[in-house]
Amino acid sequence: MTIKNRSRITVFILSFLVWLALTHIGDIQEVIAGLIVAFIVSAVAGKFLLTTEKSEHIIKRFFSAIIYFFKFLWEMIKANFHVAYIVLNPNLPIKPGIVKIKTNLTKDSAITVLTNSITLTPGTLTVDVNPETKEIYIHWIDVLSTDVEENTRLIGGRFEKLLTEVFE
Amino acid sequence: MIREIIGMAFILIGITFDFFGVLGLVRLPDVYNRLQAATKCVTFGSAGILLGVFIKQGFNNFGFKALIGIAFIFLTSPVSAHAIARASHRSGIPLTKETVIDQYQEDNELKESGKKDV
Repeated sequence: MTIKNRSRITVFILSFLVWLALTHIGDIQEVIAGLIVAFIVSAVAGKFLLTTEKSEHIIKRFFSAIIYFFKFLWEMIKANFHVAYIVLNPNLPIKPGIVKIKTNLTKDSAITVLTNSITLTPGTLTVDVNPETKEIYIHWIDVLSTDVEENTRLIGGRFEKLLTEVFE
Repeated sequence: MIREIIGMAFILIGITFDFFGVLGLVRLPDVYNRLQAATKCVTFGSAGILLGVFIKQGFNNFGFKALIGIAFIFLTSPVSAHAIARASHRSGIPLTKETVIDQYQEDNELKESGKKDV
């Protein structure tokens, strides 16, 4: 079985399960409509989900993903209190700027998750990614240093090691 | 009954953080700082409200819609913030006066001057 067909079947099953969860099943018509929609979705967009032939260490990666999820949740709660502190402070203690960090991740999906996590964690917002040089530009609300290496450690280092375990 | 109270507590937390996000939108100086407040607080606040709805409703199709809404907010909100920030920087919206550094601007200028030399 080719990788594209395997990816399509996975998308078909996933979208059909989501349909079943979303609809109130009381009628066979709902299930048939779900099958048709899931088929169309998997035919059009199915080939993009799985891109690598083999998937090793699936259990280890799954546990890394769970650890990553809880770390991300904690950072996000911290981010919200950080914003609340800045907004409620009458002096508005900000020192904004756009800094540059480097990343070692190679896959597009891994870089996407890293940049989304950076956006939702304290004080940082991803502005742009340069995929050739693997640099990420970040708007920082409270700039601590202007050195690229130092900033890579401060901003990207929180997630990068775990994401390497999850994706590569 | 107890589920009702927990659900209402989550909705209340969500509304509080949504309020902080809106306050940031009003008080902070430029588009990038405002995006910071808007993205973080509104993502967390709306997720809190939806989680409260899920706890109140339980495992039926209504509750599942709320859960899937949380997943999509977490996926799409940072992406849209990134798109807005990049677009406003490219169309030349200035950063606020308190800004200390802009390495993105420096690199873009380097690239442009390099092109002119060739």
